[in-house]
Amino acid sequence: MLASPVLILGARSDIGRALAKAYAAKGCEVILAARGDISADATDLALRTEAKVRSVSVDITDGAADAFFDSLGVVPGTVVMVAGLLGDQAESAANDETAARVMDSNYNGPARYLLAAARRMANVPDACIIGISSVAGDRGRASNFIYGSAKAGFTAFLSGLRNAHAKTGLHVMTVKPGFVRTQMTAGMKLSPVMTAEPEQVADAIIKAQDKKSDVIYTLGRWRLVMTIIRAIPEPIFKKLSL
Amino acid sequence: MPYRAPLAGWGRYPVRECTVWQPITTQALHETLMPLPSVIARGNGRSYGDASMNVDATIDMRRLDRLITFDEATGVLVCEAGVLLSDLVASLVPRGWFPPVTPGTRMVTIGGMIASDVHGKNHHAAGSFCDHVDWFDLDLGDGRVMRCSPSENADLFAATCGGMGLTGIIVRVSFRMLKIETAFVRQRTIRVPDLDEALALFEQSHGSTYSVAWIDCMATGKSLGRSAILLGEHAKLTDLDPARLAAPLVRRSRKPKTIPIDFPNFALSGFNVRMFNHLYYAMQRPGDAVVDVDPYFYPLDAIFEWNRIYGRQGFLQYQSVLPLAESAKGMRRLLEAISAAGAGSFLAVLKRMGPGSFGMLSFPMEGYTLALDFPATSDNFALLERLDAITADHGGRVYLTKDARVSPERFAAGYPRLDEFRNLRAQYGLDRRFSSLLSQRLGL
Ligand SMILES: Cc1cc2nc3c(=O)[nH]c(=O)nc-3n(C[C@H](O)[C@H](O)[C@H](O)COP(=O)(O)OP(=O)(O)OC[C@H]3O[C@@H](n4cnc5c(N)ncnc54)[C@H](O)[C@@H]3O)c2cc1C
Ligand SMILES: NC(=O)c1ccc[n+]([C@@H]2O[C@H](COP(=O)([O-])OP(=O)(O)OC[C@H]3O[C@@H](n4cnc5c(N)ncnc54)[C@H](OP(=O)(O)O)[C@@H]3O)[C@@H](O)[C@H]2O)c1
Repeated sequence: MLASPVLILGARSDIGRALAKAYAAKGCEVILAARGDISADATDLALRTEAKVRSVSVDITDGAADAFFDSLGVVPGTVVMVAGLLGDQAESAANDETAARVMDSNYNGPARYLLAAARRMANVPDACIIGISSVAGDRGRASNFIYGSAKAGFTAFLSGLRNAHAKTGLHVMTVKPGFVRTQMTAGMKLSPVMTAEPEQVADAIIKAQDKKSDVIYTLGRWRLVMTIIRAIPEPIFKKLSL
Repeated sequence: MPYRAPLAGWGRYPVRECTVWQPITTQALHETLMPLPSVIARGNGRSYGDASMNVDATIDMRRLDRLITFDEATGVLVCEAGVLLSDLVASLVPRGWFPPVTPGTRMVTIGGMIASDVHGKNHHAAGSFCDHVDWFDLDLGDGRVMRCSPSENADLFAATCGGMGLTGIIVRVSFRMLKIETAFVRQRTIRVPDLDEALALFEQSHGSTYSVAWIDCMATGKSLGRSAILLGEHAKLTDLDPARLAAPLVRRSRKPKTIPIDFPNFALSGFNVRMFNHLYYAMQRPGDAVVDVDPYFYPLDAIFEWNRIYGRQGFLQYQSVLPLAESAKGMRRLLEAISAAGAGSFLAVLKRMGPGSFGMLSFPMEGYTLALDFPATSDNFALLERLDAITADHGGRVYLTKDARVSPERFAAGYPRLDEFRNLRAQYGLDRRFSSLLSQRLGL
């Protein structure tokens, strides 16, 4: 069961857009939330699918999660946290403010918004919270560990929230997409076999929500790759350039 | 932020590393354009050659893909220019609306359809796409955004329709969709043994909404030009059997097949291509049938990335049109040159076109057009120059959106309004700002 309305936090991202289309196509009511104005996207989606769609403005790092959910006027059936920020590792390593922004956008902000959501959704039938984390959180690597460690924190958060709600109706799902062809990765040379399209990610998420999966790698191959990466002994791992 | 990436058209020749910008709102596009000295718009890259590539700044329009309004009473749609035709087909066919003109693939953007002033199998009756456009907003890159229509800024309208992106970036479009009763087409297939009969049949078929011929370009001698001609009408409710009548507007989805690898070159040997043409001709069962819209209009879309069939070197598409009075003679010469070279393509398409368009560089003219593919080998470059000469001899022109190699002289000879187009670009200060590999190659 896909519980409506579906609130998509970070709806301007490619993954968020693909999710919105996929939920609307399944007949769900959708609320698009993003920084600034995305009413044009809501109009577009409603015209395409004839689904009920509206838009709200949100900044997940504003520390005002409760006020945001109170102003929604409804308790969502499904909340998907898509917002995140890759940032630039070198810049983050050099600059405290940049690092803090990456940490806030991938851990503090998402966790605080999802806590506020969970406080309201515990008794909603078929309620589901979905967090888009990342394989980058599976092991810290020199090339992206500021982003990666915030995602690692987010992964642990989702796992704990799932555990805490095992006995309420609220299901919590962790999504680790691997590479996805989006704005975030535009221009990067990505291995085609390890890279998914946003639409694939969206379909995988909706299928998994239906099955009440706990943790999914939207491209199955990534589970194997990350198992291997996690198994490399630290003395060797620290010398690798990954 | 921009990024660098190798780009190519659908023919995968030429390939060049370009700086790509992908704005996500029309306002962001507007601000991106201002400081850039030279840019070109890129839709979904389904033009075959170098039209949507600018090494310094190529603007990927695909994120500007919002529907803005749709009037269910009149079919008038207003949308951003990066909307994919495939998305419109997916969401509007179930509600009883079809594009008024559609190319042989639905993987194109509305902006690309205007910039190439595309034609479909209904050109003889419905004209080209721009005949169905009410207006568009054109960003001139210097701060001006102009509403263009047949009555407002009509000069820019006429230059932009078929203008290959060289007059600015189309950001918003209003055009009229076509009402349909069903997602099916009543198709009649007729096989004809040679070119003369093919042309004669087209001349008798003006009353058909859609018409096109698959021509066996490897046939020679008395069989030269033998074809399967497909006529079509949108099926009415009364044409459907009870099973289809239950859901008359539902498209049956098929998973596209994928060409997983670049085909090795020997796959394209003359023998294989000859066999393919032979079989394809034999497969076209004469008679009447009611078929789904997708296989009727978009047979090639069923094979994802079919362009890889021509291998890593890429391929060239040749499409030219000849005026009516010259068509019989000229088509015969084109087909003779192609079959003599033994370099035919998997599919060659012949089509009767109606009167030409108001667009200064629009391709259509009243007569016949032939389109076919060739692997990008040096022999074929030479062959295509011979085809250019035949086209020019008979007063025809080549289609820019399919082109990657025509010479500036041959191109210019086919387009009498070229100077008018150039003057307009200069007058509005667009000649330096909007440029592509194609415009640089042709000195446009
Ligand atoms: C299998 C196949 C079948 C086809 N069949 C037909 C057919 O039957 N009839 C026909 O006419 N064509 C046909 N075409 C060609 C195709 O319709 C055109 O090349 C079309 O322009 C491609 O649209 P695009 O969005 O991919 O544009 P691109 O290929 O990305 O760009 C094409 C041109 O449009 C310009 N452009 C794109 N967007 C904008 C914009 N927003 N503002 C200004 N300029 C813009 C570009 O600068 C470029 O000059 C076919 C192509 C394929 C691959
Ligand atoms: N692409 C990949 O390979 C990949 C792999 C693994 C995980 N992911 C994760 O998938 C999610 C979606 O990413 P994407 O690839 O689609 O990239 P994206 O387009 O960069 O999406 C990130 C989105 O997050 C939004 N955002 C950032 N900070 C925000 C804030 N404070 N408040 C509200 N929204 C904010 C951005 O909104 P603005 O438009 O307002 O900036 C943007 O739309 C991210 O969490 C990312 O970490 C992506």
